[in-house]
Parts: sequence; structure tokens; C-alpha cells
Amino acid sequence: MSPIKADIWRWSVLIPALLLAMPVIVVFASVLSPDIEVWRHLRQTVLADYITNSLLLAFGTGVGALLIGTGSAWLVSQYQFYGRRLLQWLLLLPLAMPAYIIAYTYTGMLDFAGPLQQALRRYFGWEYGDYWFPEIRSLTGAILMLSLVLYPYVYMLARSAFREQSVSMLEASRTLGFSPRQHFWKVALPLARPALLTGAALAMMEAFADYGTVQYFGIATFTTGIFRTWFGMGSQGGAAQLAALLSTFVLVLLVLEQWSRRKIRYFFQGQRQQYSPLRLLSPLRQLLVALLCLLPVLLGFIIPATQLASWALPNWAVLLSADFIRLIWNSFSLAALAAVLSVMLALLFGYASRLRRDPLVRLPVRLAALGYAIPGTVIAIGVMIPLAWVDRNIDLLAEQWFDVRTGLLLSGTLFALLLAYSVRFLAVSLHSVEAGLQRIKPSMDNAARSLGASPLQVLRQVHVPLLRGSVLTALMLVFVDVLKELPATLILRPFNFNTLAVRTYELASDERLADAALPALAIVCVSIIPVILLSRTLDASRGS
Amino acid sequence: MRIKPTLLIISALASALVSTTSVFANEVNIYSARQEELIKPLLDNFSRDTGIKVNLITGKPDELISRLASEGRNSPADLLISTDVGRLYRAKVRGVLQPIQSDVLTSAIAAELRDPAGQWYGLTMRARPIMYVPGKVNPDELSSYAALTDPKWRGRICVRSSDNIYNQSMVAGLIAHQGVAATEQWVKGLVANFARPPQGGDRDQISAAANGVCDIAIANTYYLGGMLSEPEQRATAEKVKVFWPEQAGNGVHVNISGAGVAAYAPNKANAVRLLEYMVTEEAQSWYAQVNHEYPILAGVKSSALLQNFGEFKADQLNLEKLGELNGEAIRVMDRAGWR
Repeated sequence: MSPIKADIWRWSVLIPALLLAMPVIVVFASVLSPDIEVWRHLRQTVLADYITNSLLLAFGTGVGALLIGTGSAWLVSQYQFYGRRLLQWLLLLPLAMPAYIIAYTYTGMLDFAGPLQQALRRYFGWEYGDYWFPEIRSLTGAILMLSLVLYPYVYMLARSAFREQSVSMLEASRTLGFSPRQHFWKVALPLARPALLTGAALAMMEAFADYGTVQYFGIATFTTGIFRTWFGMGSQGGAAQLAALLSTFVLVLLVLEQWSRRKIRYFFQGQRQQYSPLRLLSPLRQLLVALLCLLPVLLGFIIPATQLASWALPNWAVLLSADFIRLIWNSFSLAALAAVLSVMLALLFGYASRLRRDPLVRLPVRLAALGYAIPGTVIAIGVMIPLAWVDRNIDLLAEQWFDVRTGLLLSGTLFALLLAYSVRFLAVSLHSVEAGLQRIKPSMDNAARSLGASPLQVLRQVHVPLLRGSVLTALMLVFVDVLKELPATLILRPFNFNTLAVRTYELASDERLADAALPALAIVCVSIIPVILLSRTLDASRGS
Repeated sequence: MRIKPTLLIISALASALVSTTSVFANEVNIYSARQEELIKPLLDNFSRDTGIKVNLITGKPDELISRLASEGRNSPADLLISTDVGRLYRAKVRGVLQPIQSDVLTSAIAAELRDPAGQWYGLTMRARPIMYVPGKVNPDELSSYAALTDPKWRGRICVRSSDNIYNQSMVAGLIAHQGVAATEQWVKGLVANFARPPQGGDRDQISAAANGVCDIAIANTYYLGGMLSEPEQRATAEKVKVFWPEQAGNGVHVNISGAGVAAYAPNKANAVRLLEYMVTEEAQSWYAQVNHEYPILAGVKSSALLQNFGEFKADQLNLEKLGELNGEAIRVMDRAGWR
């Protein structure tokens, strides 16, 4: 290949990647002007809490998501039981539930002043302090809430991974004398490890970036600390130092994840695979397994959604107002647009990294992907600062040369919003696409190239068809994430432009949970559509 | 290829989204930390009376200030509305507001509720009193915020996290009156008396007290007002009573919601007009009724619910001070272990 062509690939990645990495770079760059005095104060007082709580939250959520996700994926992919077909997509539903909303609803139910404890007290005649009840607004509570809505990341990837393991794998382990349990621990689980770790890493990044839940539960983490330091103490430098330290933790996490994948490379087998047949269970066990799989759906979706519905019921008439339909439309179209954009970028980056093992290409992409673990507000402001700078300079130049004021061209427009979403959710689409690409043997590229196909033709004719599942997964995931996204939407949106998440926040922030239930429920309902599509995509990949 | 329908969809979506903004000659652009529902009817009235179109973005106050600052002289914003004075002060310090001289405003708004330089003006007031459970607490036992550190209140006080600006402003007020050292002692004493680690919002503190978790809650008046006016919450809220602390001393801690005109406001005259509209009797009584806040215009009645809480003496400290001391207040709370 000619060096010029090579450059085209490099630049076509480098420029958008740098654009996306900019907010993250802005965060890191402000470390260069550190606020030493504030940092000393933080170190002496609250920094240790921030670190411990954030790490515990992320690892707890990672473990929780792994347990629920892997367990349910294994059962659904290996056994035949009552309601399996229904449950295998129901298990995805908690994805539609924003973390802060599930936190609000469970607090409403389980809090000391909530109906459950009130009923207990009335029934047994207890008073405060007479009995022990788990405190929902605690670190454990937050881990539980986040695990319940984030496990689908692991579930989704684990399910495909378990399914792709062919029957010959199972037969081989049988001939080695492994029991089904040994097969799970010694063969199936290690083979699925990259998928499981990717899912867990996504869940952990989301936990690191969580602000809504920890803030409501009163847990001091990096994210709450960033806001407190930045706005409360007026120290942008101190806040940036916290953000940079947080990002460093995430970077370590990502490096570990990559490293664990490096040792082994997993590819699809070239020929059509024969899947292992589902194992049939005795009726009693079927019931047990069905109940087990129902549990995460119940806790992560059905119970909170029912609670929301009961709060929203008195206000249902609002649903029909033109204003509310506009909200739904805004949310839906914005999310769809962001999803398409994000996946196109992921395809570009993923494919370029495959073609060029070039650090100059990989580094900005990695940096941009860090955005998933950085709180939305920090990203938003990281987007705002450079865009406003560009606007300001265009405006100045235009005034000098043409005596025209151009005003704000980029900031305060949908462009800014879409840029922020792309940064924030690149990791999600990139992970799906890269995971898909990685399983395509390089020998296929080579074969296609040796037959005279250009890299673009290889992408179009070989990779895209093979990647269809991954691409659709990425689309749906980003769609749902954007639909739930709040902080960046809130701060970057244009005048008179509202979304469901914004409306939910406004009411919830004023502690009017019952009023917030309707838009919250609408978010959940709109998210269900892609979740169902997603589930069909996953099914289709099995060819059944 | 599949690309064509995709492009079609994208362009359709994009065009549908972009059609929201338009250029009106006679308009005013607001960045509001006050949620849409609590301000829109007022703005609609304003538009109807004056023919000025109002464009609105709501958001969290600090982020809105950052947006204003980064947009600089290109900012379309004319007016910044905040729900607390701390943020208005931050906006002033960051240079995103401009001084406004208006006789209408200065005569309607008491001096301590507006910026001495005229960069921000208070529009409504809220107080942060002590709320207690009658039967468990005899109001005669209560006097000042300072007295809440008495060991007899051990394990009996509920208050939310120090992340919240209302607590930060309250502690800043104490620092203004009694200095850093005494305030730090006070915070330590208060933390020692907490019934539980701080969690939830102000409403949660009220319902915790009502349900027996603690006997005393510190919360803003409009949250209690809001709960009392909602059928499902009323029974809970009725279990607590308001006690006005500091009546023999500096007066109860108050905060404001307020607004300031943006430094580069393209429609400055309209912004001032809107500000002046907000202190008219009509606007003040609507504003006060809908969110149970105290009107700042003398002679306008507060809501019936608020009148039940009784009369009180408010702290006369210029609210500017609360903004100045906000950072100091956070440090004090960090050191004293109020999470």
C-alpha cells in the first residue's frame, strides 16, 4: 500500500479522535495549574473518603453486575425452562431504568418513612430503633441499585459468548470427564472471560461516573467531590485534579481489561457452528431456574416501574398534552441521532485501529473513550470551553474583517450536545464494535485483500455483514444511554428545548418525586423499544 | 447499500430538531435555575402584557453560570435566575452579571436582599428554621441554632448533607456572625447530635422527624409548605411544627431566589423590564403562592400555609456575605466531619 493512503486513514481518525478527546484533555490540562492549597485541604479531610467510596462503589458494582449478568446468561443460554424465551429479553429491561430513578423509587419504598417500614411498625408496634432494617441510602444500597440496572451489560455480552461456544467444546470437556459444573468453571467461563470483563468494565465506568445516585444517598465520592470543590469552593483547579485522579483509576481499569484480553485472542470459527442443545430440567428445577432469572427483572425493572406507575397514575392526562408529546419526540430523535453518530465513529475508530497498530491513532481514541467514566457535567463543560473559544475567535475575526458579529455558531446548538454525547458514550459503541471486530479472524481480511478488495471494500463486504449484531447492539446501547443522560443535556441544550430526562430532573430536584414519575416512566417506556429490538438482534445471531 | 435510508433518517431527525429556535426582535433570553413549571406561567403573563417573547433554558445554577462565562460576549442570555444567593454571588464574581440601577427594584427590595452594586436582586425569600415534633420537643427548650449543640439533643437531629447549598449558606451566615473558630466548634457539636448520617433532601428530613427517626429537622420553609399542600404528604408534614430560632439574636437564617442581568445581555432593556415585573404585586403574590415562598415586596401576603408558621425576625445580614464565605463554610464542614 502506498504511504499516502496510509496517511488518509491516519488523519481521518486522528482529527475526529482529537476532537472527541478534547474535553478529556481539557480536564487533564487544568492539572497543570494545580490548586495546591485546596488540594492540601482535600487530602487532610475528605480525599481518602472519596477514593475509598468510589473504588468500593465501582468494584462492588462490577462484582454485582458480573454475578447477576453471568449467572442469568448461563442459565438462559444452557437450560430449557418455563418462560425462558420471555425471560431472555426481560432480563435486558433494567437497562431502560436510569440509576437515579431506581434509587429514588427504592428510597421511596424502603426508607424509614416509606410504606414498607411504616407497615412493619404499625403491625408489630415497633418504634424507631426497636428493629434493624437495611439502610437503603448507604454505599451498599448504591452498589445494589447500580448493579441492578447495569448487569445487562454483562448479561448481554455473556449470553452471546456462551452461545457461541459450540457443541464440540462441550463434547471435548465431556470426554475429559468434566461434570457440567466443571465444564462451566474450567471451559465455558474462561472462554467467555473477555466478554464478561468488557461488560464489567462498562458497568464499573458507569459507576465511577454516577452522580445522581450517590448524591441522593449522601455518599462522598469523586463525582460529588468534584462538584463541591469546583463550585462550592470555587476551585476549578482542585476539581480538575480530582477528575484527573478519577480518570487515572479508570485508565488503570481499562489497561487491565485490555491486558487480560491480550494474552489470548478469540476468534469466530470460520464454518457454521453447531450450538449445544439446551438441557432439559425436571419441572421443579425448571421452576426454580425460572424464578432465579425472574429475580433481577423483578428487582431491577418490574417493582420500580410499578411504583413509578402508581405515582404517575393521577397525572396520566398530561401524557396526551402536545407539550409532553414534544418531549418524547425530542428525546427520541436526539437519542437516535446520537446513536447513529456514535456508532459511525466507533466503526471508523475500530476499523482504523485494526488496520494501523499505530499509537498516534490509538492514543486519542483511548483518551476519548475515557469520557464514559467522567461525570456528564465535566464532559459538558469540557465541550463548552473549546467550542466557546472557537466561537469567540470566529466572532472577533468576522467583526474585524467584515464588521459582522457571528455570535454563537457552535455552542448552545445541537452540535455541542451531539459532541458531548459522542465523547460520553464512545466507550459503549467502541467496546461493542471492537469486540465484534476482534472476533473476525485477520485471515479473512487477508483473504479478501489477496482477492483484490480495498480496505473499504473489506469493511463493507466482509466486516459489516459479520458485524451486524455488534453494530446494532452498539446503536441500541447508545440510544438508551442518551435517552437517560441528564447533565450534559441540561447544560448544553438550545433555548426552549426540553427532553424527558430534563423534565424528570426538574421535578425530582425539587423533591417532587411523585410528579417526576410520569416523565421517568416515559423514559423507561421509550427505552423498552430499543431493548426489545436489541434482544431480537441477539436472538437472530443464534439463527433461531 | 444501506447507507441511503440511514442518511435520510438522520437528515429528517436533524431538521426536526433544529427548527426550535427563531430570531425575534423583541425577546428576552433566560438562563434559569428555577424549574420551568415554577416560572413559566409568570413568564407567559409577562409576554402577554408586554409582547416580549421569552426564551428559556433551565438547568443547574453552577452549570448555567459556566455556560454564561464560556460564551462570553457572544452569550444570548439576558437574565440569570438562581434559587439561592450563593450562586448569584458566584455569577457576580465570575463577571457574568452587570450592575443595574432601577428605582423600581431598589424601592421594592430591602437592601440586605440585593447586591449593594446592583448586580443581583432577590425576588422571593425562604427561611431555614428548626422544625420539631410536638410532644417530643417542648418549644421552650429551643432557642438558637447555637443551642442545638447541647448534649441533650444527642441523636435527635436530622439535616441533609453539607453538599447542599442551603446548609453551606447557613454555615456561612454563622461564620459571618461569630467567626470561623466558633462556627467550627458549633458544626462539631451539631454533627455529634445527628440522628443518622446526612442523606436525602430537605423533605426527607421532615418526614424522618415525622416518623420518629429524630425529633428535630433543619429544613427550608417551602419544602414543608409543599408537603402540606400535597394530599399524600400532608399527614406526615402535619406532625412537625416550625420554631423560629435566633429571635432574640440575629434572626432566622434566610436565603433568596433572585436574578441578575447578564453582562453581555443583548436585550438588556427587556431583561430589566422583566426584573421589574417580577417585583410587581401581581407577580409577587403569584410567585409566593405557587412555591410557598415569602414575598419580598412589603404588603404582599404570603400563602395561607406560610402564615400559619407565624411571624419571624429574619437575619439582617447582607446576603452577599453568604456568597463570600461559602468556600470557607465548606472547609469548616469538611474539617468538622459534616459529610
